[in-house]
Amino acid sequence: MPDVQSTVLEFVNKLRKRKIEGSQATARYTVELLRSVISQQRVPHANQASALIDAVKAVGEQLVAANPVELAVGNVVRRVLHIIREENLSLTTAAMAGLDLMDASDDDELDNSKGIGYPAMSAAVVAAARSTLRPPSLQTLLEGTPESATVPYTSSSGADSESKTADKSSITRKLKHDVIEEVNQLIQEIAGCHEQIAEQAIEHIHQNEVILTLGSSRTVLEFLCAAKEKKRSFRVFVAEGAPRYQGHLLAKELVARGLPTTVITDSAVFAMISRVNMVIIGAHAVMANGGVIGPVGVNMAALAAQKHAVPFVVLAGSHKLCPLYPHNPEVLLNELRSPSELLDFGEFSDCLDFGVGSGSPLLQVVNPTFDYVPPNPC
Amino acid sequence: MESRRNPRAVVDPKVRQVGFFTSSSQPDSTPQPDPIAPASHPVSSISPSGNSLSPVMIPPPRHNSSDTFPLRAAAASAVSPSSFSYSSRRDFPDGSTTASPGRVSRGSFAKSSVPAASSLPGVGMDSMAAATSSSVPASRLTTVSIVNMPPGLTEKASGKQVQSDQMKNSKPLKEKTTKAERRALQEAQRAAKAAAKAEGGKAPLVTSGSVASTSKAAKPAKPSSQKNEGAVAAGPSEKDRKKDAPHPRMQYDDESRVVKAKRRAVVKQTEAKNRVELFRHLPQYEHGTQLPDLETKFFQLDPMHPAVYKVGLQYISGDISGGNARCIAMLQAFQEVVRDYSTPPEKTLNRDMTAKISSYVSFLIECRPLSVSMGNAIRFVKNRIAKLPITLAEYEAKAALQSDIERFINEKIIMADNVIVKHAVSKIRDGDVLLTYGAATAVEMVLLHAHELRKKFRVLVVDSRPKLEGQLLLRRLIKRGINCTYTHINAISYIMHEVTKVFLGASSVLSNGTVYSRVGTACVAMVASAFRVPVLVCCEAYKFHERVQLDSICSNELGDPNAISKVHGREDINYLDGLTNNANLQFLNLMYDATPSDYISMIITDYGMVPPTSVPVIVREYQKEHLLV
Repeated sequence: MPDVQSTVLEFVNKLRKRKIEGSQATARYTVELLRSVISQQRVPHANQASALIDAVKAVGEQLVAANPVELAVGNVVRRVLHIIREENLSLTTAAMAGLDLMDASDDDELDNSKGIGYPAMSAAVVAAARSTLRPPSLQTLLEGTPESATVPYTSSSGADSESKTADKSSITRKLKHDVIEEVNQLIQEIAGCHEQIAEQAIEHIHQNEVILTLGSSRTVLEFLCAAKEKKRSFRVFVAEGAPRYQGHLLAKELVARGLPTTVITDSAVFAMISRVNMVIIGAHAVMANGGVIGPVGVNMAALAAQKHAVPFVVLAGSHKLCPLYPHNPEVLLNELRSPSELLDFGEFSDCLDFGVGSGSPLLQVVNPTFDYVPPNPC
Repeated sequence: MESRRNPRAVVDPKVRQVGFFTSSSQPDSTPQPDPIAPASHPVSSISPSGNSLSPVMIPPPRHNSSDTFPLRAAAASAVSPSSFSYSSRRDFPDGSTTASPGRVSRGSFAKSSVPAASSLPGVGMDSMAAATSSSVPASRLTTVSIVNMPPGLTEKASGKQVQSDQMKNSKPLKEKTTKAERRALQEAQRAAKAAAKAEGGKAPLVTSGSVASTSKAAKPAKPSSQKNEGAVAAGPSEKDRKKDAPHPRMQYDDESRVVKAKRRAVVKQTEAKNRVELFRHLPQYEHGTQLPDLETKFFQLDPMHPAVYKVGLQYISGDISGGNARCIAMLQAFQEVVRDYSTPPEKTLNRDMTAKISSYVSFLIECRPLSVSMGNAIRFVKNRIAKLPITLAEYEAKAALQSDIERFINEKIIMADNVIVKHAVSKIRDGDVLLTYGAATAVEMVLLHAHELRKKFRVLVVDSRPKLEGQLLLRRLIKRGINCTYTHINAISYIMHEVTKVFLGASSVLSNGTVYSRVGTACVAMVASAFRVPVLVCCEAYKFHERVQLDSICSNELGDPNAISKVHGREDINYLDGLTNNANLQFLNLMYDATPSDYISMIITDYGMVPPTSVPVIVREYQKEHLLV
């Protein structure tokens, strides 16, 4: 446990200092971390699902607080929680089904301790299952943790505790086991999202097309290269994406793989869009209302594409789908970077000085990282 | 170019021979038409008062006449209009005749503009002192240095001073022209008028001289009207009305024309290797190859006036940029041309000077394609030349011309800017947040004036690569104490929600209301209209043009592709350094783009504040006036 805690703290630090970049890497790291949390979590015999859920929630809250802009973290935490609840549900329904059967068959053989135990346990299990399955009512929400309260009551009232514990521990082990299996699948899904998206490239990119892209997303790179592999010949216009110049990176990669590329400045996006067949970008996150958060400059490209009726395609792995509704996302879900990327500090140091004049500088520099594209129609 | 080296002594100036002329250089003796016409190439038969300079893009045979090309003192010409100084845009090279490399100068003059300006009069004085000592370059240097002072006063003074020394004022009488020559003359005039229209666009017209010359030939195989290029002599304005549609411009993917153009080019330019397919119709040359070549030719380019040469070099190196600055620089160079001009014998002032101006224009086009403002100014100048009455004495004609040019600069640019400022500040209220893009002179004047009027507002300066012009504007605004925010064009969606008005400048406004200006303006206008923010364009009326452009690709200017691959000042980002010659990778550096009129709320001109739909009306009603006057 302390081992896991230190890993969690280390990850939180990394997130806070923005040392780990990219939603895919972040998501993977988060999931692996949660997997170790789950496997190390000691769960009580009863209502283990909620214990797991609580543990994951606690860690998740820490992670999200460290970097609220990195929405992939929160997405992935919610996915894991969902996995836990689902596994729990399937197990308890299986158990319930099994118990009902046994109940029916062993109705007559009540002298068996197990048989005696079953009905009682089944009642307890059913009750427990029902309480976890039911979405928390307003009362339970306001009163804290009622689920764990009800179950010990019923379990304590049970006659055969050993059998119950025996069964429950097997169920516990099974739950954890299942959950970890599912989490592994999730990791695989996150890691393999590029390939899966790229498989669809051939359906959307045709011969002699002109494609415009912004920023540098690995998903887009794989997408375009997959189309190239299938012998579709097309051109790519890459907007350079000042001030991080991610476009240069992407252009370098594309050229290395043999795609004819043209690098244009961001200001030329509107000028060139009339000759472009499709705009493809990679998103940072996709919100619940359909709005997209992407690298800075995508809103400009989206508006231009709308004006010229050019299809605007967003590629996003499933870890980027966020169930939150954005409110004022330009400000709240954005990060401002250093002004030195825009202005040379040396040249403008006199203007950026706080000590001059009334104490507030005459010059402010705005350098956001993300851009929000509202859903259509806006 | 004719010289007046010894204004006091020489009775008739030396006639310089260029091109394919036979050596009939005696100014007074031979009758022109007959010996010249059959003997020499189509070149000479342009007109009976044939100007030798029209096909002059071929460097002349180097005769060692005594026309040594005097060294010019360094003083850059500085305009000091009443309210605003365009000089701050220029570089002030110290002691070198050619402009220093663009990047260094542009970066440095922002800081040194003030001390440089103060040093200018000193330089002027020095050159004047030097001038008096040496006899030969005397006149040249005096003309150079005088430019520092307000142009209106001293141009005339120097002009009169020099002209009074000249005795020659005889206009050649109307020679008898043969029928063929008259017809040829007519063809040339029609071509010239058509080309004058075309020149208003952004057309590189390298074959200006060649077309007229070939059309003048006996073979009518290439009628000039089909070529639609070149401007040899100004067409009479009555014919202008008939052909109102601007003619198509030279397209660079037409192989034959390109080859022909290159043969006549003054500036040897090597074409860029790795070109974007979509823009094959625009010229793109290897950046940086022109300058050293031109510098070596500096002392040998006899037909070129040094003022024009200098302006051309300044264009190439990027020291002068922006529609107004370029136009003013060119017009002032033309003023010097006029001042230094003297009519060769047996030639009319009108046609000769027009041809000369055309040749200079071709040179400037090779340095950098014309902007619309320059095109309109050239049309005006040619028109004025053509309107000069024949009976006028030469010095009077020259004075009239110079004052016309002066008037143009004052009325159409400087006073127009004042009127625009006055209109625009009425739209600025306290508490406004104004967004501007790039470095438009008109917008800068508006902001500074509004600040002087003690209005409380904030400015958002949006900038973009690769020119980063916004930084210069930013520095100038902050120096005056305006509260500014600086950002780059990708972030306009982020900041647009707090903007109340957008002010933009323009290189030109076309007849369908499209605003043709620095690349990125369209993006800003589009995002502004998406956020329901009004967009106001400040543009002088002389920049309006009657052509129509649908998108940014049909006509544009291509800049240096290396400016994109190299990120100045950020060494960690140079991913693409080694890849400029890769066949798969191209860089596209557009200079202009076309903003559709539905994004523009209002255009502020010296004729008032009009919607974009009123632009063709202004072109039709008002631009004929100043041509006809």
